[in-house]
Amino acid sequence: MTTSLSSYLDQLERMDHDYPLLRMIQPDGSKAFTEEEYDVTLLLSFYKQMLRARMFDRKAINLQRQGRIGTYAPFEGQEAAQIGSASALQQGDWMFPTYRDHAATMTYGHSLETIFRYWKGRIDGCVPPAGLNILPPSVPIATQLLHAVGASWAERLKGQDRVAIAYFGDGATSEGDFHEGLNFGSAFNTPTIFFCQNNHFAISVPIHKQMKSRTIAQKAFAYDIEGIRVDGNDVLAVYKVMAYAVEKARRGDGPTLIEAVTWRYGAHTTADDPTKYRDQSINEERRDEDCLLRLERFLRQEGVFDEQQIEDATHEIAMEIDEAVERFERAEEPNPHDMFDHVFEDQTPSLREQHQQFQKEVTS
Amino acid sequence: MTSSLQQTKELTMVQAITDGLKIMLEEDPTTMILGEDIGVNGGVFRATDGLLEQFGEHRVIDTPLAESGIIGTSIGLALNGFKPIAEMQFQGFIYPAFEQIVSHAIRIRTRTLGAFTVPMVIRAPYGAGIHAPELHSDSMEAMFTHLPGLKVVIPSNAYDAKGLLISAIEDPDPVLFMEPMRTYRSTRATVPSEKYSVKIGEASTLTTGEDVTILAYGNMISPALAAAKQAKENDNVNVEVVDLRTLYPLDEQTILESVEKTGRVVIVHEGHKTSGFGAELIAFINDKALFSLRNPIVRVTGYDVHVPFFSIEEHYIPNATRIYKAIETVLHEE
Ligand SMILES: Cc1ncc(C[n+]2csc(CCOP(=O)(O)OP(=O)(O)O)c2C)c(N)n1
Ligand SMILES: [Mg+2]
Repeated sequence: MTTSLSSYLDQLERMDHDYPLLRMIQPDGSKAFTEEEYDVTLLLSFYKQMLRARMFDRKAINLQRQGRIGTYAPFEGQEAAQIGSASALQQGDWMFPTYRDHAATMTYGHSLETIFRYWKGRIDGCVPPAGLNILPPSVPIATQLLHAVGASWAERLKGQDRVAIAYFGDGATSEGDFHEGLNFGSAFNTPTIFFCQNNHFAISVPIHKQMKSRTIAQKAFAYDIEGIRVDGNDVLAVYKVMAYAVEKARRGDGPTLIEAVTWRYGAHTTADDPTKYRDQSINEERRDEDCLLRLERFLRQEGVFDEQQIEDATHEIAMEIDEAVERFERAEEPNPHDMFDHVFEDQTPSLREQHQQFQKEVTS
Repeated sequence: MTSSLQQTKELTMVQAITDGLKIMLEEDPTTMILGEDIGVNGGVFRATDGLLEQFGEHRVIDTPLAESGIIGTSIGLALNGFKPIAEMQFQGFIYPAFEQIVSHAIRIRTRTLGAFTVPMVIRAPYGAGIHAPELHSDSMEAMFTHLPGLKVVIPSNAYDAKGLLISAIEDPDPVLFMEPMRTYRSTRATVPSEKYSVKIGEASTLTTGEDVTILAYGNMISPALAAAKQAKENDNVNVEVVDLRTLYPLDEQTILESVEKTGRVVIVHEGHKTSGFGAELIAFINDKALFSLRNPIVRVTGYDVHVPFFSIEEHYIPNATRIYKAIETVLHEE
């Protein structure tokens, strides 16, 4: 019992919810839990997928430098977060990625050729393989969270157990749509996974300037949904947390906010010069926590890292990527009529007239 | 303002904008710049390069990533004695702030009978043609010229950009200052080093001619001038290119004088055709100078389609060829 308002206020506990960082594999490659089963076959497959994503990313940067694609948003450093999360989905689930989430989309089934087409400035680079619910990358920040809520809500209304995942970054949590998404998800108990890759930067703005909150996971608290903070460079931890959130959502127990703490080594996009805003030596320090290196350390400790097998895989991936490059570069010219043909199901009279005029002009 | 001792510099448009911002930050301690990546990074187009170092983090502010937040807090700052200059990283990302602009920035003067006002500038790079990723290339000026209480300014060269920006910052009301990205670095102009202003609401006649009037602005000035040159060389047609510079309020007098002289008008804009700014110009000419027209007005605009991905964006953007054809059409339609 307190005797005055001011002493009452003094006694109020500051809201102090801890969101510890979950790890399954320590940066040195050792197991974080001694009583867990570690599925090395699964981990080997994750390793190869991360390798594939990384090689794709480096290829894309090279192509951009040679002028063979346009501005590109690299994701090196974030492979574990994207592949661990995408691997927990099943066909039929909905994926709402950003421009930096190609490791996730390729894991879920997008073709490398299509992704290259996207960065070549071709609209056909937005179209997923038939039957896969992958939306085009969301460019306006944070807008896609609400779409994921709506799409997964629809699954509930239809009596299905499919879920939706929205990918977004640390910067996105500042937009109103982030908060609206979490609140709608909470209010309607939708099967949505809000998957934040906290790579510590929104272009040049470091997270400590973006917000005063100590974590992103804690933002879930206000909406009374679960918030989980996971080491985004630990593919197994990401996968486990994601599988938990997906399972919960399928059961009808609502949305989860996952904060995957990670790092982008490179520029925001190839049009960005990170030396303007951060000391580049920090990237080299971060390499010690690298997702591929960590998994390699683990697999070596388990005695299952087979150099020859990895070399073969590297070779196969290189061929796959080269073929994808060849296919997109040999592709038919982009079709300028696409811009007229897909505005509405049926062209409006005025648009038809404009299109005819355009046809006359391009052929004259 | 002109004196023979005047210092000048050869600047690109984006450099002239930096120069204008710097002068106003130096002169007026109530000015401040807010935006995403505008401080440490100097802006994605480097328009605010060096300003953080010179003026410090209370005047040049890297904000959280939230356009509604930037404009909403700028309104509050403006209400309480500051002059915010807010940067939208691209005009295509202004939409989350639309509510703040439409419901508040432009109305507070009216709603308080002038007791409160919102003097602020919103800078927004716009337009296609720089091979940007999707959604970075919109020209939605017409969404803003529809609004009472908001001035809309679009320079086409470095000299005007600096002078108009200074006027915008000194204006007592909210001003949307749209910057044509493709013109940011494409040419240089001689720009006085000191402070000068170009008045909001005044068009500029770039070439004089008695045969055809072209009304254009921003990115479209360069193809309009090229088409005018072609018409002169090929057909001995004299085209008067009027750079509107301000869309709201419109320089009615300059437009009318030119239309009354030529009787033939071509309107060029990169934004979509339907309900585009050209529609407003046609309506204005219809109201004030219909009987001066010798032929129906011809529009060259972006199509009623989403600005396409960059591999085909050149098909969308009005070019000199299309404008030249429009000149032929407006000449021969009678
Ligand atoms: C509404 C909106 N505002 C601004 C931008 C420009 N922009 C593109 S990416 C980016 C930073 C995003 O940071 P974050 O959410 O952390 O994602 P990351 O790029 O780090 O993956 C900004 C400001 C945009 N695309 N959309
Ligand atoms: Mg980020």
